[in-house]
Amino acid sequence: MSNAARLDATFHALSDPTRRAILARLAQEGDVTVMALAEPFAMSQPAISKHLKVLEKAGLVSRGRDAQKRPVHLEAQPLAEATGWLIEYRRYWQAQFGRLDDLLDELQRLEAAAGKN
Amino acid sequence: MQFGDPLSVTTPTDTQIVITRGFTAPPHLVYACYTQPSLIRRWLTGPDGWTMPVCAYDARPGGSYRFEWHGPGGEGFLAVSGDISQIDAIRYIDSQEVFDGGVMGPAYRAELAFELDGRGTRLLNTLTYTSLAHRDMVAATGMAEGMEMSFRSLDRLLAAEQG
Repeated sequence: MSNAARLDATFHALSDPTRRAILARLAQEGDVTVMALAEPFAMSQPAISKHLKVLEKAGLVSRGRDAQKRPVHLEAQPLAEATGWLIEYRRYWQAQFGRLDDLLDELQRLEAAAGKN
Repeated sequence: MQFGDPLSVTTPTDTQIVITRGFTAPPHLVYACYTQPSLIRRWLTGPDGWTMPVCAYDARPGGSYRFEWHGPGGEGFLAVSGDISQIDAIRYIDSQEVFDGGVMGPAYRAELAFELDGRGTRLLNTLTYTSLAHRDMVAATGMAEGMEMSFRSLDRLLAAEQG
């Protein structure tokens, strides 16, 4: 998957409140089985499994090897990449405002010169 | 929460981010830099190596704007579109903005106020999001000096979703 596609998948996965709640639970409790994950939601196991598939596809969770339980495990790396991208975005804005300062200086010089004519 | 100088970011309500920045130029010039494509192109150009092949701004009520940025060597693309609901020349612009591909989530309200401050301008950019989670996802841009800080904000987002 390309960087952009991976970010898209991460943000898509994070766009749903149930999926964010699942990630929050995994962050707090560690590995949790699908059955246990379904409990706090008024949802069937297949409905939760659907959400887990989206999270798994985005690489945000993985499934354990224990064939009986297959506990769900939180994968932090894609979240780190998504937040890293957002930090870059702020840096970008700081740089833009720096450029705007330079442009405003130039416009003021032009106005001052025009005023003298 | 506030950080940064002269660029400051605050979160006055659960769904808002307010970015303020002082400029040593009068409001009519700052307003012009935000609304005239030939001037917008001079500063809103993206990181080094990026280009802005599309820059359109129709500064009137009911008008719209669109900016597109392309990364170096055809890698990277970012685009934002906006619909202007209210505009008061050199003082205020109210619009609905949305990034292509849902990069910043659903459409949000973007207000720009250009206030006379001494001989300069105080710019207030108020961004109003559709929910706390939507806001906090975007706020991670400003809450963090490093990855550790942004993980803490992510923790808050996740905790808020649980509570």
